[in-house]
Amino acid sequence: MLTSLTDLTRTMPDADLILAATLIPAAAAFLIPLFYRIPNLREAVTLVASAALATVTWSLYPRIVAGAQPELKIWEVAPGLDLSFKVEPLGMMFALIASTLWIVNSIYSIGYMRANNEPRQTQFYVCFAVAIAATMALAFSGNLFTMFLAYEVLTLSTYPLVTHKATPEAMKAGRVYLVLLVGTSMVLFLPAILLTWGVAGTLNFTAGGIIAPGDLSPLLLGGLLGLFVFGIGKAAVMPVHFWLPAAMVAPTPVSALLHAVAVVKAGVFSVLKVVVYIFGIETLSTTGAGDWLVYVAGFTVIMASIVALRQDNLKKRLAFSTVSQLSYVVLATAILTPISAIGAAMHIAAHAVSKITLFFAAGSIYTAAHKTEISQLNGIGWKMPWTMTAFAIGALAMIGLPPTAGFLGKWFMLQGAVQSEQWFPVTVIVLSTILNAGYFLPILVRAFFMEADPVRLQAAGAQAAHDTHDDDHGEAPFPIVLALTITASMSVLLFLFPDIALDLAKLMVAGG
Amino acid sequence: MSSLSWGTIEPHLPILLVILPLFGSLLTTFLRKGILAWLIALAVTLVLPVFSIALLMKVMETGQPIVYQIGNWPAPVGIVYKVDQLSAYVLTVISLIGAVIMPFARRSVAAEIQEPAQSWYYTMYLLCLCGLLGIVITGDAFNAFVFLEISSLATYVLIAMGRHRRALLAAYQYLIMGTIGATMYIIGIGLLYVVTGTLNFDDLADRLRLAIADPGYRNAVITALGFIFVGVSLKLALFPMHVWLPNAYAYAPSLATAFLAGTATKAAIYLLLRLIFSVFGVALTIDNLPIPQILLVLSIAAMFIASFSAVFEENAKRMLAYSSVAQVGYIMLGVALINQAGLTGALAHIANHAIMKTALFLALGAVFYRIGSVMYSDMAGIGRKMPLTMGAFAVAGIGLMGTPGTAGFISKWYLGIGAIDAGMYSVVFLIVASSLISVIYIGRITEVVWFREPSEAAKTAKEAPLSMLIPLWILALATLYLGFDTRATVDVAAKAAEVLLGGIR
Repeated sequence: MLTSLTDLTRTMPDADLILAATLIPAAAAFLIPLFYRIPNLREAVTLVASAALATVTWSLYPRIVAGAQPELKIWEVAPGLDLSFKVEPLGMMFALIASTLWIVNSIYSIGYMRANNEPRQTQFYVCFAVAIAATMALAFSGNLFTMFLAYEVLTLSTYPLVTHKATPEAMKAGRVYLVLLVGTSMVLFLPAILLTWGVAGTLNFTAGGIIAPGDLSPLLLGGLLGLFVFGIGKAAVMPVHFWLPAAMVAPTPVSALLHAVAVVKAGVFSVLKVVVYIFGIETLSTTGAGDWLVYVAGFTVIMASIVALRQDNLKKRLAFSTVSQLSYVVLATAILTPISAIGAAMHIAAHAVSKITLFFAAGSIYTAAHKTEISQLNGIGWKMPWTMTAFAIGALAMIGLPPTAGFLGKWFMLQGAVQSEQWFPVTVIVLSTILNAGYFLPILVRAFFMEADPVRLQAAGAQAAHDTHDDDHGEAPFPIVLALTITASMSVLLFLFPDIALDLAKLMVAGG
Repeated sequence: MSSLSWGTIEPHLPILLVILPLFGSLLTTFLRKGILAWLIALAVTLVLPVFSIALLMKVMETGQPIVYQIGNWPAPVGIVYKVDQLSAYVLTVISLIGAVIMPFARRSVAAEIQEPAQSWYYTMYLLCLCGLLGIVITGDAFNAFVFLEISSLATYVLIAMGRHRRALLAAYQYLIMGTIGATMYIIGIGLLYVVTGTLNFDDLADRLRLAIADPGYRNAVITALGFIFVGVSLKLALFPMHVWLPNAYAYAPSLATAFLAGTATKAAIYLLLRLIFSVFGVALTIDNLPIPQILLVLSIAAMFIASFSAVFEENAKRMLAYSSVAQVGYIMLGVALINQAGLTGALAHIANHAIMKTALFLALGAVFYRIGSVMYSDMAGIGRKMPLTMGAFAVAGIGLMGTPGTAGFISKWYLGIGAIDAGMYSVVFLIVASSLISVIYIGRITEVVWFREPSEAAKTAKEAPLSMLIPLWILALATLYLGFDTRATVDVAAKAAEVLLGGIR
């Protein structure tokens, strides 16, 4: 009696916390529209909710590091289709990243949306909160059904954010976004789930996987993996990456948190989770069914970098860089060694804080200088020192140089690949590092070491005539600068103190 | 009247389900005022779901069918009504849809139908409801024909009352097609009567098993099966026998469209299931005619071809009508799989689709009430002016796409499992690929109503009145609710599927 009571008190807060992680942003989504007439209160709801959410996720963290994997079954929708949560180390890490960055991003959003006089701000914050709720549900999902549900809600809630500007270009991008993401999830992901159910009779994420090597021939196993990898279009493995550059028409805060962190990480996180908990690393490596993935991911890493090289639009270049960096995670997963899986998890964290910094900087430049193209950035580093310093840190992280978090992920990946003597991934990582440098360093060179070109300015003058900010501007508004300074510091801090992420990553590999 | 307690009513529920709307329709005929007719129709339709749910709960509890002998005449002589899990389930769906839309009816009908004809409209509505309920409850093949005709004739009138002149043509088109269907059905039943000497479903089932073994009767039975299959398929708008449907739905008054989309094809689907599974039996059917294969091909064709037609429509009602043809394809695909999961999906989709499609048509009804058109060009930007109406439309639309968390996903899940159980892996992909097309047609109208610049008509539009919003949102929320709590759909559908498949084992 007494023990059951203590058990109850010990487990109940876990369940409450798990539930709160999804319910807090969901509640915010209901509250925000109530204050649509009072913008300050409306934004306060977002800020309070994000702070509350981060409190929740960070109080779960020590328990997970201590080895707990709390579960919460909410409801049986139909026989075998459970709505259930389970917090395992990888999901914990993803939830921590997304919830912490939501605070920073909210500060940034307020600065950005107001400075740019964006329309429909209430709708913006509501959709954002729903997207975060879905992200939390996805991070803590205990089975494929819950994951799929959260995945689709995430797509649908971000569609109005992509089409926010309601211009023909935004509508076209929205179409690509919706059809590609919903399309791949419906046509590939859902059948993959159905087939998994047919083979395994369960959908629960289980350490070591639920599909035994003998259940399917290696060919079918590889095919099933393919359905998952390409069905999870959010992971942006080529050729299902088109939605990501298209989504860049959204306001920058959306690109920053959702299309550099929440949505895309949801993709690679899902792939990693499916590989680890549905197939099992053992099963895939012994059957060789996942070998092809190394090549597809490697191809994406290189190809996306090459495309990024050729983009003049800053956000587009960042988007293709994201496509490339996401496939690092998939590549690291596909190497199928524990140490590379740690690298994959580390890279999720490192890329998150660094890429959001880069997008914050891009938005800062747009807000202060109304510039969107890289060729317009000559000499901007001296006018916007905070922004461009943060950008530089983010860029170093993308290349994978110390003292930034980007170095760690790549280091573990390389280690895993070298240990298992897989030379293709090693080549890919080295080659793409050169390419990364090739498309990020010139931006820094322009910003800090090149004079603004008067001729070019004159040529663009007619178009930019209405724009008094063009060459006479300083830093962006304070909330924007604050936000990007915080995330840039995180990128460095994660390098200096990697244990928070590393502990979770090791737990994932060890405890499974 | 004091003796009128539940205890005295309860044994007579089956007949009351038919008699009440029939008497109601007689009553409304004599009324001049539309509002009085509406009140009577409202009272009748609100009572019917209580009765059908009571029947459903009873058969689910006991597991035994309820047999009601009309006038206490036993089966071979008199007509019996028989309520088992399947019929109680379909009765509940039809009567619930019939009731939920009634609060919506008053304003919609008042706006679209001239005052003297309004009570006539409710007469036809109740008569149609009576016919549909009768089809589902009867245990007699000829009685089913009578009810089929009652509902059809009432439907022709309902469609013809549409405001557009083309409504007459649409009604005429349906009249021709419907009559052909009914004729083929009655030819089939006639043949069966010649062979077996009975019209009672249970007796037919027993005697057909003997008749099929007799070379003298064999061909007659197979011919009857063919006639009945085609005849009923016409009624349920199985591709390519659906051509009457898009125009009928497009030009009928808004409320009639919403009602018919949710109920009419469902009753016909029920009849086909009853005849194939309970009367002929699966074994007889499969051995003699490739009906599952035919259904498989036609339903997949419907899922793709009708969906593509929906993509290119400019009239929102026609778009949804084509979508209905595609969705009937889903249901019949589940039937064609002839296994537990597939049938469960098909039957669950009867309720799920009825709810979602009725919600969608109600939303269009509200739009029509405000701006007098459902053309995309006039609906541009209407979402900003009627956010609650189009919000409900969006929810139901997401359900139609089969997004997880909605009723549509549940149907799709079971259809998918059914296809896997049947070993038809390619069908899994066809199901999901065709639902991708629904993403396109729902996405297209979503873009028009939310993101386009408001049209002239939309600029002055106001939000729909509460009497329209409430029924609309009840159905929209049901779309979400039934995506999480499937006891009312899947559990019952699974039981009904067991009953249907009982014939095989």
